[in-house]
Amino acid sequence: MKATRKLPKPTQSTSSHCNNFKDGAVVKLEAETIVSPNDAHSLDGNCNSAETVKVSPPKPVQTKGCFVFKPSANKRRKTPTVEDYFTHGCEDTENSKLRFRNCQTLWEKMKADTELLQDELNRKILDSLLAFIRKSVSTFQRGTDDWASRMRAHEIPTAALVLGVNVPDHDMTFQCLSDQLQQSVTPFVVSVQATECAGQSCVCVQRSTNVNQKRVHCSLITLCNWYKTVTKVCTASGTARKKRTSVGKDMQQHPPIVVIFKDLEAFNPKVLQDFILICSRYVEQLPLMFVFGIATSPSTIQHMLPHSVSSLLGIELFQSLSCTQHLASVIDKVILTSQFPFKLNGKVLQVLVSIFLYHDFSVRNFINGLQLALLEHFHSQPLSVLCCKEAAALVHATELSHRDVERLQQLPSFMRYVEEQGPQEQVELLTSDDHVKEVCQKLLKDLCKYHKNYYPTLRCLHILTASLPKYPLGKQIRELHISCLEKNVWENDEYVSTLLEMKTSRRTKKMSQFEILRDQALEFIDSLVRSHLAPPESQPLYEVCYYSSSAVLRRHLNATPRTSIQTALSNPYHYLKNEDLRAEDGTVSNAAPDICIVYKLHLECGRLINLYDWLEAYATVVSAAEGKDPDSADFGKVDELKHARFIQAVSELEFLGFIKSTKQKTDHVSRLTWGGC
Amino acid sequence: MAAQLQHLGYEDEKLQRVMERLPCRDVQASMLLALMGEQCSYPSIFIYGHRATGKSHVIHTLLKELELPYATVSCVECVSVGLLFEQVLLSLFGSDSASLLSRSPSLSDFVRVYKQLCVQASAKQTRYIVLDRAELLRDMEANLLPAFLRLQELVEDNVTVILLSEIVWDKFRPNTGCFEPLLLHFPDYSKGELQQILSEDSHPSYSPELYSAFINILLGVFYSVCRDLRELRHLAALHFSKFVEPLEQGKESDTHKLWRNIEPHLKKAMQTVYLREVSSVQWEQQLQMEEKEAGVVRGLSAHAHVELPYYSKFLLIAAYLASYNPARTDKRFFLKHHGKIKKTNFLKKHEKTSNHLLGPKPFPLDRLLAIFYSVVDSRVAPTASVFCQISSLVTLQLLNQVGHDDQLDAPKYKCAVSLDFILTISRCVYPMLYCPLVTDWNHCQTPASAAL
Repeated sequence: MKATRKLPKPTQSTSSHCNNFKDGAVVKLEAETIVSPNDAHSLDGNCNSAETVKVSPPKPVQTKGCFVFKPSANKRRKTPTVEDYFTHGCEDTENSKLRFRNCQTLWEKMKADTELLQDELNRKILDSLLAFIRKSVSTFQRGTDDWASRMRAHEIPTAALVLGVNVPDHDMTFQCLSDQLQQSVTPFVVSVQATECAGQSCVCVQRSTNVNQKRVHCSLITLCNWYKTVTKVCTASGTARKKRTSVGKDMQQHPPIVVIFKDLEAFNPKVLQDFILICSRYVEQLPLMFVFGIATSPSTIQHMLPHSVSSLLGIELFQSLSCTQHLASVIDKVILTSQFPFKLNGKVLQVLVSIFLYHDFSVRNFINGLQLALLEHFHSQPLSVLCCKEAAALVHATELSHRDVERLQQLPSFMRYVEEQGPQEQVELLTSDDHVKEVCQKLLKDLCKYHKNYYPTLRCLHILTASLPKYPLGKQIRELHISCLEKNVWENDEYVSTLLEMKTSRRTKKMSQFEILRDQALEFIDSLVRSHLAPPESQPLYEVCYYSSSAVLRRHLNATPRTSIQTALSNPYHYLKNEDLRAEDGTVSNAAPDICIVYKLHLECGRLINLYDWLEAYATVVSAAEGKDPDSADFGKVDELKHARFIQAVSELEFLGFIKSTKQKTDHVSRLTWGGC
Repeated sequence: MAAQLQHLGYEDEKLQRVMERLPCRDVQASMLLALMGEQCSYPSIFIYGHRATGKSHVIHTLLKELELPYATVSCVECVSVGLLFEQVLLSLFGSDSASLLSRSPSLSDFVRVYKQLCVQASAKQTRYIVLDRAELLRDMEANLLPAFLRLQELVEDNVTVILLSEIVWDKFRPNTGCFEPLLLHFPDYSKGELQQILSEDSHPSYSPELYSAFINILLGVFYSVCRDLRELRHLAALHFSKFVEPLEQGKESDTHKLWRNIEPHLKKAMQTVYLREVSSVQWEQQLQMEEKEAGVVRGLSAHAHVELPYYSKFLLIAAYLASYNPARTDKRFFLKHHGKIKKTNFLKKHEKTSNHLLGPKPFPLDRLLAIFYSVVDSRVAPTASVFCQISSLVTLQLLNQVGHDDQLDAPKYKCAVSLDFILTISRCVYPMLYCPLVTDWNHCQTPASAAL
């Protein structure tokens, strides 16, 4: 698709239009190819069977349009890259480019690590699922030799995969599953989503478009015939040519057709029931197999399918790891490690975790939030050039510019550090750039050391306290981590009482060997905690590594549209930054946009608003804004223009959901919000 | 039996074979054979009976074994009448016949094409069209069912339409009246018949007598709750391996002792009969687990617990309260300083019947949010995520949206979860108290709580 397509600018007159042409613009008919969604499906359904199935070429949908098209390629503006966006508005381009690269490499590594982790976590369930599917294949191929499988020949093997309530997170699992299936079991894997299958025919069509696109009427008979020809070709070619190594042994004879229902709950039960009934009629000819992606609980199957239908399925249950465990392992891998120089402070981590726990249970969103924090940190903090691997950071420290050194000196943590030094040293630190760079290297090394000690100590303390009743220091390690980030953990009441409780013994009697050892161990751990678990704020240069703008993150990740709209309407200056609109609290300047005035006026009304009164009030305000003499005859008079502006503003309010028309009184509208002045 | 059928003109041997494959359906089969003639036959036959009473099996075996020309179509599969016609023509007249039909054929198109093909290949035999799950014909075009009933007249061919359904004919008869088909009822199998049929799939490595004994035991336990042949067959397949376990190990051979061994196992299985919760393999694995842990059988229904984000739980509780409490009472329950309400007049007469018997009532979004904000213990900003959660609860079918999906302003919802479910999640969010809200509600609805 062409990215350079341009729409003609709206032109005032024909002459200027001609000018456009003089610039060398030509009007050109441009044909655009829109790939229909079915073709996209054929790609994922068919990639392995491409050599055996003749896929008809995608039929392009032609749309023709008239566009002004500038031929000169060198005049065309370069589309800005991500890097350009990143460096845009930064004074020091070199520095920001470096930061961008730091950010990129760090993110790549984090992403790779989390993906690896998720693969590992999924592996167990996927492996058992694959084993189940392979087993079902073999029963189909063996035919009716086995008594047990003969008794169950009429059941469609079905895997019920319970994945947790966050549906968008499942995409990756299903992608993984269908990839693995295509690699090792069968080329015929179809994923269907409820939104694509409103009617029963759609399910059928969906199914069939994946495998052949020629027919208009797609029924399972078509599919059946198609399957027969394909498998025949398969076996024929298999004997003619040498067996291909990439194709597994199971795949030779009757590769199963696996249908993955990504979101079972969202399907129309009627459609699903009919589909299963139809499929069961062909189960002897087609090795069908279902995978149900379930978000809530397996009992949904019973709610959706009556016994007459569910008895056609041989359901096996697969439960995935709960998402809280999933999150815990992601945090363990990405946050609680000294491997990555980028860190979150307590508040930011708290924001991310609470979005997860309170709102969405989505690990993917958590990782996205982490990415946002990373990007924001590198974008907003110029000194984040130093936030990279230790060796590289030391090199960068020697290359700091004068401006950067100044920034460094202004860091609160650095200023605190300076205050702790002797007077001679203080002068040096405030005047000599080179000395600052040297000290900076030392401090960076210290920071690294701090991180290397922090995490093992944290784990020790967690293991010590995690099994205590009522979890005084938190059940999860992240809770302990957050409390350590916020203040000196050894000053916590819970910490003090925990240690005391563990030490408690009969002081009066002589202590046993065990008690002596126990107390020694506790004292040792206490000393470790005191020396290594100090909050990062106490470390000089911590601003380099720690991202701390929790408010920014919260605003981006947990948007409040309602509040924003109300702010925009009651205080337009907040967004428009026009000095004319600046007003005291609770009032709106009469130069504000019409909708703001109308909104303000409607706040003064009760549940029902008389439109005419509203209009009058509006006209008065607008007349005052026009600077008309309040005593003149036409002050506050409603003319056509004002009327039109008013109507527009009111309908905008209606669109935003503040008012609606009512049947109680024809010339009134009713308010949909409470409160007001 | 075969002797009685000799005069019908089929080969003895064939008939013998057919009848062997149709155990306990001799009466119905011979009735059908008598109806099926070579030269002319009755236009339509309506066969009804419960699920798994052998309707399709008898018809298909007869038609197939006697090598008669027939077409069999399941009406579930025919999303359009076009598909139905196409399938009938395909199986009666061969692969290229369907191409004569237009793209979306009407009934008269079908009749025309049928006639045309009929002339080319005139019938030596009666043709049969079997329509499975015929009750769905009622939902298709109005003229379809009456036309199929007298298709013989319409196409002027020797054709019989056989309708199969689980519903009685009275529910089919259109208002305008129609040709009355011959009715043939397939009654449920008796216990003895079930025994006979089930004993036929005996395990190759064991004697038929042993299997028959097993079936006898199985029927003894399950016959009181389940008479569905298909379900019983499933149960047989599920439990046979357990039954022969002692034999495998070489311990027991006495049927009585085997019975003692299997009885507790089957009793456990009674709890989950019909549920088809998990496949047999998993069921056995679970049983083994339980032998160690000694708990109750856990199937799909035991996994009813759903993990939800914190605010989703509150939203669901709020939705439940909004669905089952009258809106008038909100003020009393959720406002700290509500005015005094006289207890006697508090509930109107019609509200005194249990709301649980009446089912959930729809409520507007505003009310849901108002209750939500008063139920949740901390201050919650009205963020986009809260609204997202409402819509994801709808996709998870824990809430239902009432009315149109595309309604933007003032959408209405209904709570779609049970009291038990709500109690479970309330226990998660109010760990100390035993769900104050719901108990409060129960308290005020004294007559209602009695029904729970």
